[in-house]
Amino acid sequence: MENRPLEYDYTVAKMFMLTTIILGIVGMLVGVILAFQLAFPELNLVLGEGLAEYTNFSRLRPLHTDAVIFGFTLSGIFATWYYVGQRVLKVSMAESKLLMFLGKLHFWLYLVVVVSVVVSLLAGVTTSKEYAEFEWPIDIAVVVVWVIFGMGMFGLIGIRREKSLYISIWYYIATFLGIAMLYLFNNMEIPTIMGTAADGTSGIGAWYHSVSMYAGTNDALVQWWYGHNAVAFGFTVPIVAMIYYFLPKESGQAIYSYKLSLLSFWGLMFVYLWAGGHHLLYSTVPDWMQTMASIFSIILILPSWGSAINMLLTMKGEWQQVAASPLIKFMVLGSTFYMFSTLEGPIQAIKSVNAIAHFTDWIVGHVHDGTLGWVGFMIMAALYHMAPRVFKREIYSKSLMAAQFWIQTVGVTLYFTSMWIAGITQGMMWRAHDEFGNLAYSFIDTVTVLHPYYAIRGVGGLLYLVGFLMFAYNIYKTMSARPVEESELQNASPMGA
Amino acid sequence: MDIAQLQAYGYFTLITLLVIGLYAYIYHLYTKKKDVDGVDYESYSNMALKDDIDDTPVAPVSDDKEK
Repeated sequence: MENRPLEYDYTVAKMFMLTTIILGIVGMLVGVILAFQLAFPELNLVLGEGLAEYTNFSRLRPLHTDAVIFGFTLSGIFATWYYVGQRVLKVSMAESKLLMFLGKLHFWLYLVVVVSVVVSLLAGVTTSKEYAEFEWPIDIAVVVVWVIFGMGMFGLIGIRREKSLYISIWYYIATFLGIAMLYLFNNMEIPTIMGTAADGTSGIGAWYHSVSMYAGTNDALVQWWYGHNAVAFGFTVPIVAMIYYFLPKESGQAIYSYKLSLLSFWGLMFVYLWAGGHHLLYSTVPDWMQTMASIFSIILILPSWGSAINMLLTMKGEWQQVAASPLIKFMVLGSTFYMFSTLEGPIQAIKSVNAIAHFTDWIVGHVHDGTLGWVGFMIMAALYHMAPRVFKREIYSKSLMAAQFWIQTVGVTLYFTSMWIAGITQGMMWRAHDEFGNLAYSFIDTVTVLHPYYAIRGVGGLLYLVGFLMFAYNIYKTMSARPVEESELQNASPMGA
Repeated sequence: MDIAQLQAYGYFTLITLLVIGLYAYIYHLYTKKKDVDGVDYESYSNMALKDDIDDTPVAPVSDDKEK
């Protein structure tokens, strides 16, 4: 045995930090291109008629959503898991060759899946189910990656020194179990070559093509049970896991109420899975199911605000840290955006509000104040906190970080305010009619009116992307910044000017 | 009683039990304040604050084995 003292091993965490940043840039860049395509449709042909197949909105759109969800966010979740998991369980990955192997295997297989997703989506190979576009061979690979992630997670928990599991670990476990269940059930599909048509022909379509095992309304129900809970177990639960670790750690403050964190956890678990039906209000789904989804969406405010308020109160008596540290600013604003979007979502799920909001840009605005303001800010804050500890160097520039914070805050604000106005305008115009019930506007009337807001949204997204590039540069430069002592890493992260 | 009615009663019973369970849990947390091992719930925050590899665990796993 070597005589070196035992240390946490961040090899796998660093690998996933890299993909978080790269896939973040890709996903957000595609998002900005899409936003400007909506405002200026000629951009669909930006690389000429010949390549229009690859540059049009509909081909790029799943690439944007899947790159930010399964690329940026998921990498961020993995990176923080391989960092936080070791620390709060007080066990190093270096203590187990098997866990280290599983961690690295997890990363490389994940990368293979990412590449096959990008290639297949650009080639137009898709199941056409939103956020579940991957065809069956990729689905199987995703399941393998997820099982390896789970084996690593429970393996690490199995050799822990700390008897109880810190609240963040509960949330990471919920992420693993939730996504596993959702992904399996929503992607039940039958390869078309195995099917036989009514006229007796068999072996239909390409080998990789499949159709959902569910039909009609059932398919829609399963799809939105999945779609909404992908938000729950991808954008909420693991991000709450992050803030419960990184905010107390960075500020040196104990969680305001650990008990509140426990009961919010169970509240969230009970309620979230029932709310997915709110995506199908006024559809052919049974009426009682729509009402149930509305009610559960409203109740969802309670556990969501339980966590968010718990985080804000953790800063009680220490608010000068928010002014002093851009890193804490990211987390406090993230938590605030979490409160905003978990109030906004339930409001949109009320049937009478949904009658105006459904299918409009307000929904897009809601998604983005949650993802840009909450998910994006929290993942970047987590990586900023991790960087000095995994590289043993101070964060390259505090002022660059502060500038990034304000640029992105303006970006998010432009994004969601323009989409609020656009969405409500759209909803009102679609419904407007004269005294005989004739529609007052045609669809193209709304398109004309919305143009300025679409342009503003594009600018908002661009500002956020610029901020993200500043973040990437700051982390890159951190790798060669001033080395720091162990004692500097206790709480507040060391930052250069 | 048809299946739909059974489902409705089952659903109502399940939700009622879950609500009672959740409120009982909240009552337990705020009256007992400590878990079965006698550790104050609030001290679990230290799992994040004191998370160096040589920090003392809030409640070490090895305690179990000694019992």
